[in-house]
Amino acid sequence: MSTATRERAVHQLEFMRGDELQIPTYKVVKQDGTPYKGAQVPDLDQALALKIYRSMARTRVLDERMLAAQRQGRLSFYMQSTGEEATTVGFAAALEDDDMIMAQYREQGALVFRGFTLDEFMNQLFSNEQDYGKGRQMPIHYGSRQLHYMTISSPLATQIPQATGYAYGQKLAGDKRCTVTVFGEGAASEGDFHAALNMASVLKVPVIFLCRNNGYAISTPSSEQFAADGIAPRALGYRMHAIRVDGNDVLAVYAAMQEARRLAVEENEPVLIEAMSYRLAAHSSSDDPSGYRSKKEEEKWREKDPLVRFKNWLLKRKWWSEEEDSALFERERQAVLEALKAAEHRPAPMVDEMITDVYDQPTAHLTEQLEQLKAHIRRYPDAYPKTSGRIDHG
Amino acid sequence: MAKMNLLQAVNNALDIAMAADDKVICFGEDVGSFGGVFRATSHLQEKYGRDRCFNTPLVEQGIIGFANGLAAQGSRAVAEIQFADYIFPAFDQIVNESAKFRYRSGNLFDVGGLTIRTPYGGGIAGGHYHSQSPEAYFAHTPGLKVVVPRNPHQAKGLLLASIRDPNPVVFFEPKRIYRASVGEVPEEDYQLPLGEAEVTREGSDITLLAWGAQMEIIEKAAEMADKDGVSCELIDLRTILPWDVDTVAASVQKTGRLLISHEAPLTGGFAGEIAAAIQERCFLYLESPIARVCGLDTPYPLALEKEYMADHLKVYEAIKASVQF
Repeated sequence: MSTATRERAVHQLEFMRGDELQIPTYKVVKQDGTPYKGAQVPDLDQALALKIYRSMARTRVLDERMLAAQRQGRLSFYMQSTGEEATTVGFAAALEDDDMIMAQYREQGALVFRGFTLDEFMNQLFSNEQDYGKGRQMPIHYGSRQLHYMTISSPLATQIPQATGYAYGQKLAGDKRCTVTVFGEGAASEGDFHAALNMASVLKVPVIFLCRNNGYAISTPSSEQFAADGIAPRALGYRMHAIRVDGNDVLAVYAAMQEARRLAVEENEPVLIEAMSYRLAAHSSSDDPSGYRSKKEEEKWREKDPLVRFKNWLLKRKWWSEEEDSALFERERQAVLEALKAAEHRPAPMVDEMITDVYDQPTAHLTEQLEQLKAHIRRYPDAYPKTSGRIDHG
Repeated sequence: MAKMNLLQAVNNALDIAMAADDKVICFGEDVGSFGGVFRATSHLQEKYGRDRCFNTPLVEQGIIGFANGLAAQGSRAVAEIQFADYIFPAFDQIVNESAKFRYRSGNLFDVGGLTIRTPYGGGIAGGHYHSQSPEAYFAHTPGLKVVVPRNPHQAKGLLLASIRDPNPVVFFEPKRIYRASVGEVPEEDYQLPLGEAEVTREGSDITLLAWGAQMEIIEKAAEMADKDGVSCELIDLRTILPWDVDTVAASVQKTGRLLISHEAPLTGGFAGEIAAAIQERCFLYLESPIARVCGLDTPYPLALEKEYMADHLKVYEAIKASVQF
């Protein structure tokens, strides 16, 4: 067949307009924790529900404490995910633990859910010698092979076509696993996004594209990012399943991801999920949102706090109490502070690590460059305090 | 041994790699049942099925993004970019992703299984966009290997080594001599080492260094010089990154002169890097300035292609100038 386009002839001149299509938003519970009338509530046992909530709480606390630590000058940079915890924890909860996650940089909730420890977070944030990434990338560029969480890379959207390729390999391996890639609505403007969706649809790949539409790409509001009705309609152009969910409703995110996973793994159908939320925090510790949006707007979204909504649902089911809640947050704050204190005093990676992992083995000229560098550091040890003390012995 | 042209040698290498390892997957624009616009992937889909050899949509950044993910998953992804001139939409994926995948993750993840095959170079009336030699852009990127074969025997052995190398490789194929370069090629599976240059002809008066299709040009110039009584030593660099400085330096310490020739424009070309490294190592051995015979610093022209190219006559003149310095 030369073309996949099915012809339907008409004889009146008529254009179609993009705004004829309006994608609804799937919501399960209201802010007070009661389900919407007739809402399809996912089947979730108490243990999983509490694991989700605890992960959301830990993510919230981690973000609060680490921004404070950045403000105190204890670490160079941080990115909060405040307001989006329902999306980042909810999607991970609906996956198998060995499904691959290829995220952007604001998905620490998924890592928390999978069991990345506070020490592991801190070692990366402080670029110390126990950081799996050997102190090579800025804070928040986490990765874990054990937890099937691809190391974060700063360039936006590059992970999206990679997810299509990764999932293609999973399909060939026949291991009934999928890949979920996460990105913001701003990153969805990149060419890599479109390349990834088209290739996934053409090649029938078990990949799920999760867009966190949080309203802003740094300072650029989504109204200046795209003219269409969000990101979800784009999937339809690629003949792909799509759904828009309330990203502050963890039950909606969980249910959507569960069904998306079934479509991907059982039917090799790629899926796009657009989770509607709001970036309550600044873009990063280097950003100040007061220059581009109002406190009033932020307040409106603070009232839709996803943690409060899910807590209310748990309280109504008698699966959780306010006392347990206070105790949890207090415990988490202590745990974060302890891990922080331990990590910030661990030394930086050895200078020898500068040349490892460029290739599988250091090349001769890299070894030569390292020896030259070491000789230089020995001459000026005070100028390179991170490494000079340990240059000739571990 | 079998007589093969360079394209057949590439096809043969892919065939052997796919037969030996189910994890080898070949894809790109027109790569599937058609077998590629140059036919480098002929019959691979028939033999190994559509899952392992297939067409992709026309999107280079997507092809390499996909290839990075596939390689990270554990496959040996062999992606074709139809012309090296069209590799630039994938530049971000290659430079920021392929090259840094292992380093940035502290070796948790890597795309060592990735090989990017792409035909490069001029002399085929291809104008700006079917003639370029972009190896220098990639040579500036730690984490990549950059390989260019000069003939069918080299193409097969170096491609098999590239596919199996545990690092991402950009493999530039000299398309001008795809069919013109014919030679005896072992039928069995063999690999030639990456990162090693090869002295293809010994001489005593001057070292001529090139790679890929340009080897034929310096050979021709060496024959002309030979008639003048100038003995040329020829080296095929073969791997541009990481490059074999030891072999080149040893040769220059013997001959006292070095001429480097590539098709790509002079300024910022890889000859500049070689010249800098060799003058550091061989300063007291040099009897004349290191010569570079390269493309002009213009976009690749069409009607005046012959004038543009670093041909054997330009190389011959530069040999004379170096010897008479």
